[in-house]
Parts: sequence; C-alpha cells; structure tokens
Amino acid sequence: MTAQSALAGLYPAAILEHSRRPRNRRVLPGWTHSAHSENPACGDEIAVFLSIDARGAIADIAFTGQCCAIATASASVMTEAVLGKTLDQSKTLAAQFQAMVTDAAPPPHTGSESGLDSLSTLSAIRDYPARETCALLAWNTLLLALANPRG
Amino acid sequence: MQAAALGYDIDDVRADFPILHRPVHGRPLVYLDTAASAQKPAAVIEAERAFYSEDYANIHRGLYSLSQRATACYDAARAEVRAFLSARHDREIIFTRSATEAINLVASTFGEALLKPGDEVLITGLEHHSNIVPWQFLRDKKGIVLKVAPLNDRGEVPLDAFTALLGPRTRLAAFTQVSNALGTVLPVAAMTHAAHAAGARVLIDGSQSIVHLGADVQALDCDFFVFSGHKLYGPTGIGVLYGKEALLDAMPPYQGGGDMIANVTFERSTFAPLPSKFEAGTPAIAQAVALGAAIDYVTQLGLDRIRAWESRLLAYATSRLSTIQSLSIVGAAAEKASVISFVMDGVHPHDIAHVLDSRGVCIRAGHHCAQPVMARFGLPATARVSFGLYNTLAEVDALIEALQLVEETLLQ
Repeated sequence: MTAQSALAGLYPAAILEHSRRPRNRRVLPGWTHSAHSENPACGDEIAVFLSIDARGAIADIAFTGQCCAIATASASVMTEAVLGKTLDQSKTLAAQFQAMVTDAAPPPHTGSESGLDSLSTLSAIRDYPARETCALLAWNTLLLALANPRG
Repeated sequence: MQAAALGYDIDDVRADFPILHRPVHGRPLVYLDTAASAQKPAAVIEAERAFYSEDYANIHRGLYSLSQRATACYDAARAEVRAFLSARHDREIIFTRSATEAINLVASTFGEALLKPGDEVLITGLEHHSNIVPWQFLRDKKGIVLKVAPLNDRGEVPLDAFTALLGPRTRLAAFTQVSNALGTVLPVAAMTHAAHAAGARVLIDGSQSIVHLGADVQALDCDFFVFSGHKLYGPTGIGVLYGKEALLDAMPPYQGGGDMIANVTFERSTFAPLPSKFEAGTPAIAQAVALGAAIDYVTQLGLDRIRAWESRLLAYATSRLSTIQSLSIVGAAAEKASVISFVMDGVHPHDIAHVLDSRGVCIRAGHHCAQPVMARFGLPATARVSFGLYNTLAEVDALIEALQLVEETLLQ
C-alpha cells in the first residue's frame, strides 16, 4: 500500500468533512436518555444525548466530546443515521455497523441516501483494526444511552 | 555534529538491526517508538536461536551435561546483569517476566509482609500504571496510604515537593528514573538520599532509564531497581528485579512452585535461598540468555556514546518540531531522555499516528499507560516520538515531512 492509498482509505473526503464539521455536536436541552463513555485505547470521552418521543422514536440526538477524526466522524454520521428511527431500528443499525467494521459485513441500509453513503464510507475502518474502538465509540455509547433514561 | 564525530558509526549500527531494512507501505521503516519497545540487534536474535539450537534443556534439573550447560548459560546471564547494574552479588538479581512483574513482586512480598496499615508508600505524578496499580492493590488489601509527589508545569517532580511528602510513616518511595510519557529525567540519587534520611526504602523503576543512562545500584544506593529486557534491545518475557540481599532475605516468597523450594512435604515446605526463592517455575531461560547478549551489545557500543548520540537526536528533533506552528511539545524538563510528547491543534494524536504510519513512521499515540500524567496536563492523549541508538537525523527529517502531511490531510 502506498502512502496516499493508505491514507485515502481511512480519511476519504466525506469522513474528513464530518470530522471537521460534525453534525449534532451540541448540547441537547430536554434530553430523555444519555450515556457517557471512554475509549480505553486513548482516553477519549464522548457523551450521547437522546430525546425519545412518545412513539419510541429518536426525535433528536446530539453528542459532546473532543475525539479523533474517526470517532468524531462516526458520531456525526451516526446522529444522522438514527434520527427518526425507533429504538429497535437503532439497535439493528448499531449491530449492522459493528458487523461492517469488525466482520466486513455490507454497510447497513439506513433508509436515507445520505446516511447510507456516510456509513459505507466508514467501512474502510475494517482494514485498520487499531481504529475499531474509535469507530465504535459513539455507537456503543448510543446503545448505553438507549438503556439509560433520565432520572 | 554527525554521528561519526561522536565516534559512532550509525550505518554500522543500523546494519545490526534486521528489521530496520524492512519497508512499510513501500517506504523505509522509521521506527520512533523505542520507549514502548526497542528493536533487536542480530546478536540478540542469534543468541536465542543458538541457545535453542545448541544448549537448550531445563535448568537446575538434569544430571546430564546439556542441562548443566543450559544452567551455566542462565547463571552467566545473571552474572552479566549483576555486572551491568554494579550489584554486589548475583543472588541479588531476580529474573522476572517484566518490570511490571518485578514491581508486583515487591508489592506482594515486601508490601504484604513488612508494611502495616497506615504505613505510607510515596510515588510521583510521572509513574507508569505499573508503578501505581500494584500499590493501589496493596492499599486496598493492607490499608496502606498511597501518596503522590506532584509535577510542575514543565513535567518535573521538584525535589522539595517530593521531600515534603516523606514522613515518619513513609516505608517505601517508588519512582521512575525517566518518565515514559514526557522523557523527564528524575533526580533519583537525591530522591533516594532524602527517602533514606526519612527511614524509607527506595524502589527505582529503571524501565526507561536503563537504556539511556545505565544504572549503578550501589552508587544509587537504591533498595530495589527494576527493568524490562525488551526495552534494552533484548527479548520480551524477561525482566529484572534487583534487591539488596538483606531485604530480599527478609521477604517471603512470591509464587510457589518448582525451583523455589528447599524441601516439600504435605505438612510444610521450606524455601530455596536467593535468587531461586523468587523464581518459581521454569523461567524464561532463552530470554535471559538473550538479555545477556543485549547487555553485551549496548556495553560494546558504549552507553556514553549511545547517550551522546541520543542527546543529539533529541536536540535536533526538539528544534525541528518547534518550527511547526500547530504543534506543542508537552513537558519541558531541564533534563530529558530522548522522548518527546506533543499535541497538534485540531488534530487528535491517533490521527497523527495514523497519517505518520502511511509514511512508514511509527510513533505512539495515546495515554502511554500514564493517564495521571495526561490528566495533569489536561489532555486525553499525546503523540510521542522516542529515539533509540539506531535512529538518524534523516529520520527526524522524515518525521517532520510526515507531520506536514498530517497538516495537509487533516487541517483544512
């Protein structure tokens, strides 16, 4: 692998764009569920906040934390992918995303063209096992948040 | 000043390390992670191969000549370590699996048998997790008090801050000689003197220092000194605990098993004399032998010459890194070993390391198993370059070029 291809795989333009201007990295007033976790590999911290509506769907989602480009981009595309999804749909997406990153499964279908593109862009992570925990940090925190209502 | 001016033929040195000629991503390997683990010279690789090919059997067992040869090789390795550390007796050298195991051994034996609830162990804010967690285990088991000497903003442990925490209950001061995260060299001779004056024993973690500074345990007068073979250009799986004989004699055994006993019945066992008392089970025989070869290697090159070359690399890298606007070096101790931690504005250390890898440049990124150091500087992680006896000024240039690629790729 040459230097350029070694880089292009992990840092395609879409990922860099998400890491530089992450979507939904903000405080979420009135959140109903949240979780915080740490990447044991580097000590990076992330918090995910959800607002789950009466129908059991994610009406709003946000995250906070200063992480590496991969973790930040992954969190950013995750917030877009699960917005409007039910808890079960979100858990399925998380499992599919994990399978894509760790087992080279095909990228999950999000139902939105932009979401699909973004998630599949992260599929290159499977070639960089050291970065798996970075890509999965936000998704694992989402799963914790789904099980952790406020109060 | 080039290497030759220091009486140091860097090309010859590099020729001794087979892995340095292996390309990475189609580029020459630039290995700047020697503080994590050093690469191995052919002499070390060959020593292990030759031992297995010609002299191998279990030790201290056989009446046959091959076992006696293996035992002699293992004992000779211990004698080499003794000489390298300037210890009084071979029996003061205990082979362990690693420096980590050596510290755990002291915590489990000296700590559990000789410390009482309320006794204090003093460490510093620069310690690797391996010199923190064993003392926390001991604190939770025995009710000892763990105290931590603080760092200043340069990443140094001021002697007066350390001395101020020594008191009548301090039984042990355990500190590193060189910070793995920042490269800070600690004034261990003065710290040892102060701890002894307060009636405390001293353990020095030489994992990082042994490779740059060597060690003279009698001159240091420390009670314990630990290091790992793999950081000294030797194999993995072998570490060393030096302890003063009287102390080691007063400590109970660590693990029970073969080789550490004098006599066993189902009612009771009696234990072997030093050093076997602390070496239960078949040890890392071939690794001990190869560690001896590693000590030969650095001794022949000369620790003074190695240190002079590494100082040159440190000064050159520090000055070149300082020219990168977005980069800040973490830790500005007056005395440093050839380790530099840094951060870049807007780029996470993981991403720095990843982009550098695409250029064949290997660095460490993370908390370096020293999370309290990171917390002291308010950082989750840093990027760290560390230089060994085989690195070149051209490799520093390759690092700088690769860091420019980091800026181009990730800072826009």
